[in-house]
Amino acid sequence: MIMADSGSSEEAAVIGNTDITSTESENNIINTMVERGTSLLKKMEISVAEAEKRTGKNTVNMQETYTVYLIEIRQAESATEGGTPAAPDTLWRRYSEFELLRTYLLVTYPYIIIPPLPEKRAEFVWHKLSADNLDPDFVERRRVGLENFLLRVASHPVLSNDNIFFHFLTEEKGWREAVLDTGFQDKVDSRLKSLSAMLRVKSPDRRFTALKQYSDELNAVVSQLLRVRARVADRLYGVYKVHGNYGRVFSEWSAIEKEMGDGLQSAGHHMDTYAASIDDILEEEEHYADQLKEYLFYTDAVRSVCRKHELMQYELEMASQDLAYKKQQKEELVTGTVRIFSLKGMTSKLFGSESQEQRESRLSALEQSIEEGIEAVMEKNTECRDFVRAAWEDIERFKEQKDKDLREALISYAIMQISMCKKGIQVWSNAKECFNKM
Amino acid sequence: MSVGTPRGLASSGQKPITEIPHPLSAAEESLSPGPDVSISSGGDKDLELTNGTLVENSSPASASSTSTSALLSRLQVEDNFEADAADLYATTETRDLFVTVDDPKKHVSTMETYITYRVSTKTTRIEFDLPEYSVRRRYQDFDWLRVKLEETQPTNLIPPLPEKFVMKGVVDRFSEEFVETRMKALDKFLKRVADHPVLSFNPHLNAFLTAKDLNKRQGLALLTKMGESVKHVAGGYKLRARPPEFNAMGEYLDTFSQKLGTIDRIAQRILREQSEYLTELREYASVYSSWAGSEEELQRPLEGVAGCVTTCCGALEDLSENMSQDFLPVLREYVLYTETMKNVLRKRDQSQAEYEGRLEAAVLRKQEDRTPMPLEVEKCQDKMECFNADLKADWERWQCNKRQDFKQLLIGMADKNINYYEKCQTAWESLVTVLQDKQTEDKTRKRPTRQQISTAELCSCSPVGQIEGGV
Repeated sequence: MIMADSGSSEEAAVIGNTDITSTESENNIINTMVERGTSLLKKMEISVAEAEKRTGKNTVNMQETYTVYLIEIRQAESATEGGTPAAPDTLWRRYSEFELLRTYLLVTYPYIIIPPLPEKRAEFVWHKLSADNLDPDFVERRRVGLENFLLRVASHPVLSNDNIFFHFLTEEKGWREAVLDTGFQDKVDSRLKSLSAMLRVKSPDRRFTALKQYSDELNAVVSQLLRVRARVADRLYGVYKVHGNYGRVFSEWSAIEKEMGDGLQSAGHHMDTYAASIDDILEEEEHYADQLKEYLFYTDAVRSVCRKHELMQYELEMASQDLAYKKQQKEELVTGTVRIFSLKGMTSKLFGSESQEQRESRLSALEQSIEEGIEAVMEKNTECRDFVRAAWEDIERFKEQKDKDLREALISYAIMQISMCKKGIQVWSNAKECFNKM
Repeated sequence: MSVGTPRGLASSGQKPITEIPHPLSAAEESLSPGPDVSISSGGDKDLELTNGTLVENSSPASASSTSTSALLSRLQVEDNFEADAADLYATTETRDLFVTVDDPKKHVSTMETYITYRVSTKTTRIEFDLPEYSVRRRYQDFDWLRVKLEETQPTNLIPPLPEKFVMKGVVDRFSEEFVETRMKALDKFLKRVADHPVLSFNPHLNAFLTAKDLNKRQGLALLTKMGESVKHVAGGYKLRARPPEFNAMGEYLDTFSQKLGTIDRIAQRILREQSEYLTELREYASVYSSWAGSEEELQRPLEGVAGCVTTCCGALEDLSENMSQDFLPVLREYVLYTETMKNVLRKRDQSQAEYEGRLEAAVLRKQEDRTPMPLEVEKCQDKMECFNADLKADWERWQCNKRQDFKQLLIGMADKNINYYEKCQTAWESLVTVLQDKQTEDKTRKRPTRQQISTAELCSCSPVGQIEGGV
């Protein structure tokens, strides 16, 4: 699905316009998703509008506090003629329900790179940021992350058609039962097995190997980047805040001066402004960190697709191997040569060969087995082929999306830096003016 | 700040301090507008006198002196206009003595290694035999000059010198940075002395600027003599009460030096924080670089970001260097200056104490045996009043200079910070342009459809083990 060449209006807004805010840049990503125009998104506008704290009894009958998120669905074919736009359909969901949805998707579409959820607990924090799950800033960022998740799924050519997903958006009650009814949990076990098993595949698919390697590299480098970024933020915070001390000392100093007093005092205020400005700057930068985190978590999804393929490959190889062995057995039986050691062969040598009847019954059993084996291999082969085709289609889509999104994220980061520089110039220019009046 | 010292003063030769008319008294009506009149900002229209005619300007100081001599001196100044443009202390239109310290050179002898500086002088004063001089001096020589000035002009505030002793091993006395910083401080010291209406006529300054070889032994002998007399004066007199104006000065100096200390600490702290920030920033850049290594489409954008961050690192380094080279030394110098000022205040106190002490003694004696007021007491009174007047004048000068210096210093600090942010902004802006161009390029570029990609890749599929059955 190629993104249709959008109208010139969007391009005009982008060319050489370094004044677009980072929020606008982020919105470009969302717009892209919406533009992708899956049939689902054509029908409805999805958003996660609010977050609320609730208390209730959990499964072990203990009081707990948790957060629920309000999902809003608006009909995309918006206003009725001349009337007010229809009120959105809404329902509340907990984070755990999002998790359940995702697990379901993971199991049901093993060849698709499933979009990740925002982190459960705050990681890569720099010191000022709270690591508390109930902190309003964290909750807010999580709300945005959940909305992002829904939009990603809704804009996916395959996932957007899923019924359970549709019901997640539209049916508050009874959704949980519906998901469990699909019996996807049975497949969960085999998935767990696939992820943890050490499989030795004889002829691995080079493309998947390369992809897994890339995914691991990306995971490592983005983790490192997030860690260093947090430290950078910490340090920058220190630099700005210390300047606040100038504010105080200039104020005290201005008290003993005559002509210099006013200029010093006002300059001091600007130093205070400077010191305070870092809070907003770093808060905004968290958006950038969130964008990076999304792709960090995406690498896990990529990895699991690769592993699933490995498992399939392995099973196919096992089936082929099994078939080959059976064929060989048949050959030996027919020709009477013993190439493969078998207990039967040994015992027949020791206790005399079997009767013709026995041989023929064994032969027919083997032939039956071989036929089943051939079918199994064929099935596995087709399964594998289908998986590879579908997976690579999604992988290509993902690569394009990743390149575009990350480029967008880098642009918005650069814009944030420019904004920070402009603020700095402004404050110091103001201070300079005050010094001039000294 | 000078107040238009008439040229007549200089030509009347060296006069004892008590006979030289007080600089402030002659031109009390001319309130110098202070720094606004300075030539430091080049191209000040008020002072451009190309055809020698007096121009109406806002400065009362120049308006009041319409004598030919003043006119001549102004024209004189004009010749050296360019040279003064950057000089902070060229605040008067009648300067006729210009000094510069530059060109540091290392001297290695068998006994020691030391640095000398070139001291250049340009002057029209008749106290000097030649219009130009160029001599080489080392720190010791500056120190000698300072000591001599303190001895011979005890009632004046002598500008401070940079620190004499530096801990070997901690500071490299011969590093470019250290020498550069010290040289700037020495230059400032000498300029301040040359600017001073009284100090600049001191014969020791003359010797310092002109003599091929400073004869210091003579000075040393004088030193011991003077030292004794100073002690003699100081001994045994307690001050009753400091007049309020001097009290205010003392209090001001205390608070001021305290604030300076705080600012110094803050600046140092900022430097430390910036240094740690810089370390992290460098690693940050390298992570982007290494990420670029595993990407294709994103390689250039990521390298671009790495480059921007590196540029910002360089800009930050410049900013920090500036703060430690230019900002901190000047700040510290003022701490020294403040200490010097406090010392002068103390000496003034002593002079007042001596006078009061003697007066009291004399009054008592007078009550006893009706002797007239001894000459000694009158001399003491004169001395004290002279001291007070000098100090007040110096105080005003000092305040003005201080205001000028700090204005300059803080503006400089603001400028450096603005500069830093401008450099960073430019780097990021050019990156955004590049990235956004690429974006639009991608949007318009024709790309193969997904179907075509899939089929192509299917064909290049690697074999999947032994496959039986129809494929």
